[in-house]
Amino acid sequence: MPRQDSVTMDTESTYSGYSYYSGRSRGSHRHGERTRDRHKSRSKDSRSEKSVTINTPPAEPLLGDSSVRGEPVQDDNWGETTTAVTGTSEHSLSQEDIVRITKDLEDSVGLDCRRYFTLTLAVILGLLVFLTPLAFLVLPHVLWPDKLQTCGTACEGLFISVAFKLLILLLAVWALFFRPPRAALPRVLVFRALLAVLVLLFVVSYWLFYGVRILDTQDENYQGIVQYAVSLVDALLFIHYLAIVLLELRQLQPYFSLTVTRSTDGETHHYNLGQLSIQRAALAIIEHYYCDFPVHNPALLSASKSRAAKHLAGLKVYNVDGEFPAAQAEGPGNNSGAAAGLAQSQSRAMIAAAARRRDTSHNELYYEEAEHERRVRKRRARLVVAVEEAFTHIKRLQEEEQKKAPGDIMDPREAAQAIFPSMARALQKYLRTTKQQHCHSMESIQQHLAFCITNNMTPKAFLESYLSSGPTLQYSKDHWLSRQWTLVSEASVTSGLKDGSVFLLKCVDFSLVVTTKKIPYIQMSEEYIDPKSHKFVLRLQSETSV
Amino acid sequence: MTCYIPGQPVTAVVQKIEIQKLRQGDRLILGFSIGGGIDQDPSQNPYSEDKSDKGIYVTRIAPGGPADVAGLRVGDKIMQVNGWDMTMIKHYQALKKLTKPNEDVVRLLVTRKSLEQAVRGAMGLQ
Repeated sequence: MPRQDSVTMDTESTYSGYSYYSGRSRGSHRHGERTRDRHKSRSKDSRSEKSVTINTPPAEPLLGDSSVRGEPVQDDNWGETTTAVTGTSEHSLSQEDIVRITKDLEDSVGLDCRRYFTLTLAVILGLLVFLTPLAFLVLPHVLWPDKLQTCGTACEGLFISVAFKLLILLLAVWALFFRPPRAALPRVLVFRALLAVLVLLFVVSYWLFYGVRILDTQDENYQGIVQYAVSLVDALLFIHYLAIVLLELRQLQPYFSLTVTRSTDGETHHYNLGQLSIQRAALAIIEHYYCDFPVHNPALLSASKSRAAKHLAGLKVYNVDGEFPAAQAEGPGNNSGAAAGLAQSQSRAMIAAAARRRDTSHNELYYEEAEHERRVRKRRARLVVAVEEAFTHIKRLQEEEQKKAPGDIMDPREAAQAIFPSMARALQKYLRTTKQQHCHSMESIQQHLAFCITNNMTPKAFLESYLSSGPTLQYSKDHWLSRQWTLVSEASVTSGLKDGSVFLLKCVDFSLVVTTKKIPYIQMSEEYIDPKSHKFVLRLQSETSV
Repeated sequence: MTCYIPGQPVTAVVQKIEIQKLRQGDRLILGFSIGGGIDQDPSQNPYSEDKSDKGIYVTRIAPGGPADVAGLRVGDKIMQVNGWDMTMIKHYQALKKLTKPNEDVVRLLVTRKSLEQAVRGAMGLQ
């Protein structure tokens, strides 16, 4: 009899094992009562962890025949055996470990082939460029030495000039082009490619002229040939000048102001850049990111995520009227539409209910934050005192004293190890409260302490790197997890920056959103003030005429 | 002038002066300038005996103007204007009390050192 079951239901305080057609239901005791009243004809099996009475075999679902809905029969025990999926932290340390493993894999594969390809091309072009003037000078001696005029003094002077100009060109090319590459950019650098093509065309045209007019006719005027070689080297130097202007000087003048925002916590910085292509601007921004932005700490974001989860978890939507069966009966074609409509109405219902209920979560947030602030300040005070006290225990020995020191003499590492235990506990508690404990390992702290002792730094200087979270560069290599960045942009990445262009720099944990604004044209006018025009008078009592 | 004891009422020998305002264009003028006030620097006052006296003093008289005709003199301390007290007042407020647009006549109570001396002399004679 259902009545009996209701009695056993009353004594249960945990979830009921009712299977409900909409999914696992872990309704409250009250909810179970309501459904019972509605479906008195059914005898239900009620089970919980505590009660062991089984009245009827758990064969049928709650609402009539399952065949009507075309749904697989749900076991009433289904609720017990499923494990609840609570809000796991997606940003736990395990993900960082995974990323670290994949990063090692990526490093080995990389874009090495492309880099070597461009490197070999550059070397070939360089060799061609350098050997061409020498070839121009040497070939006549090799091919028609007897017909050639002897080289006079002017001609020999030109040899010196060719030699020195080639040396300067060599040094200049080495300075500009043969620097260790900073990054592997997605597309080819347009200006460099254009310059390479220009140089190639230039050299080829010189060779053509040489081949046709000098080699074929076997010109005897050696001085003319030497002058031709000198003109080639001069022109190459001018092309190098063009390269400097295009590649280096053009983007020095600031033209755009870029705003970079980190997507996880909103940290924003502004940078001024010149006229660059989007990929080069992205590279400049990443380099600034490592210096300016405080390190990304996923532990600090968990609070807002748990709040969001609580907002959603407080409400559950149960569809009591039989809308769903009708959708099912019409077949799979209409299913998605009906399901979508159902989902939409469900979410609207949730939003309405959330708006209506009295939400006191802002109160909780306020008090929680105040409490946290107070705790952090207390721990910080303890830490500062502990560190200051620890630093008083060691003293630096002067040169003369080193010979006649009383106790053992320690080097910085040993000194750090000696005073570390007295401050370790306070430091650890502080790091735990500010959720920085995974950024600093014991080893790194001791190393930093030894470094501070060696350089005569005060306790305050030692603590500075723990009290405020510094830029990513400050931490160990583990935190440079994201050396693989993805540039997401609607415009082509080799196109230049424009006013209002937006692009994203994605890495594993977060992304940087970059917006561009043009620096406005500044209209400045002058106003001349004669230095003699600065005159003053004492202001006596104000006298007003009536 | 009488000495000023803080907290005690001020006693002085005063003279009633009635000035008829003169209309000049759209303004009514009285023909003198005032200085002083509790928001001004009393040490700059050339006419006061006690350099901490923050009262309103007459600093200039336009010759032939209504004030001159009525008998106001330079260096007079104005004690009252139409019944409004002028001994503890801001400079701007004193101005407003003197230049009310709907009044044609201002009745001042002024004091000066010669008055005191005259009264003492008269009492001494008796």
